[in-house]
Amino acid sequence: MGLEAALPVDNILTTQLNRVINWARRSAVWPMPFATACCGIELMATASSRFDLARFGAEVFRFSPRQADLLIVAGRVSIKMLPVLQRIYVQMTEPKWVISMGACASTGGVFDTYAVVQGIDQFIPVDVYVPGCPPRPEMLIEGVMAIQRIIDNENIPYDGDGKRLPLEVAVTPTYEPAAQPVDVTVGAS
Amino acid sequence: MATPVLDHPDLPRLKAAFPDVKFLASEYRGQTTVVVPADALHRVMRLLHDDPACNYDFLSDVTAADYLGYPSRTPGRFAVVYLLLSTNHGRRLTIKTYLDPSVDTLGNELDPALIVPSVTDIWPGAEWREREVFDMYGIQFRDHPDHRRILTWETYPAFPLRKDYPLRGRGERERYRVMPRDAR
Repeated sequence: MGLEAALPVDNILTTQLNRVINWARRSAVWPMPFATACCGIELMATASSRFDLARFGAEVFRFSPRQADLLIVAGRVSIKMLPVLQRIYVQMTEPKWVISMGACASTGGVFDTYAVVQGIDQFIPVDVYVPGCPPRPEMLIEGVMAIQRIIDNENIPYDGDGKRLPLEVAVTPTYEPAAQPVDVTVGAS
Repeated sequence: MATPVLDHPDLPRLKAAFPDVKFLASEYRGQTTVVVPADALHRVMRLLHDDPACNYDFLSDVTAADYLGYPSRTPGRFAVVYLLLSTNHGRRLTIKTYLDPSVDTLGNELDPALIVPSVTDIWPGAEWREREVFDMYGIQFRDHPDHRRILTWETYPAFPLRKDYPLRGRGERERYRVMPRDAR
């Protein structure tokens, strides 16, 4: 016999405050797209109707960092672009999360040259790495769901000294890649 | 290898107009290249643009090449390459100028030997192309209206497309401040 017994049953539900806040945050993640290369095309496909990121509440792409809480870095970042990325990261309001999408954002990818940053995690905090070149939209959705799992496990106020540390979760594929059957005749038609 | 066929219609015109200039011409698969000394470059370009028989009204590209470690002998280490197109005659011509550095090529020091006249007064579109060549190779262009780097930043410590510059740089991509989670 607790508080529930004294409340009317039809419109009041008791829960913990941090579960309500985390539920609200996880259900309305507003991404800030930082799309600099071909990963950005997959990012757009993820938001489009075929893959429909809205199913996970993350379809409201905000092009102002002040209004976003998830930074999706999609593509290679040159050294000249890095101050822009850092400025955008600092401008985002807390709480904020970062997805490093694709091989280039995570490691520099094939662009092992003087002009390209070899992984944005050297310079800004990253929560989830989504591998692929570029990743399939399913993979990015899995990355957004990983962000949601991170949000679910947060305490309010935060543990420790109040500063959230990057969890550095790497998303692994949950499906077996298989060859697609295609009708191709070589030679005589 | 087939013998070069030097039948480009503008070669006799160039030879007649500049008897004092030593040209080198080559041909590969129908594309003719003329090597011009740097001191004669600007007047040759002026003639190629203004003369109604040549009339190269379009400068497709200005680029450069570094021949350090090139298997065959070249007249100089660096080459500035101008790709010309005449839209009236439907002809193309490649002009090359070779330059040799006089100081160490490892840094971002401006070399007084690596300088050619700018052609921005003939083709205004050459402005950004020449800035790119300067940015990547350190070749300067005399009388250029806006002689700055175009791709890398102003204090970049090298000219990165020179062959003696390492592909991965000399630490430029690692030397940057780290943004922590609680950054303000």
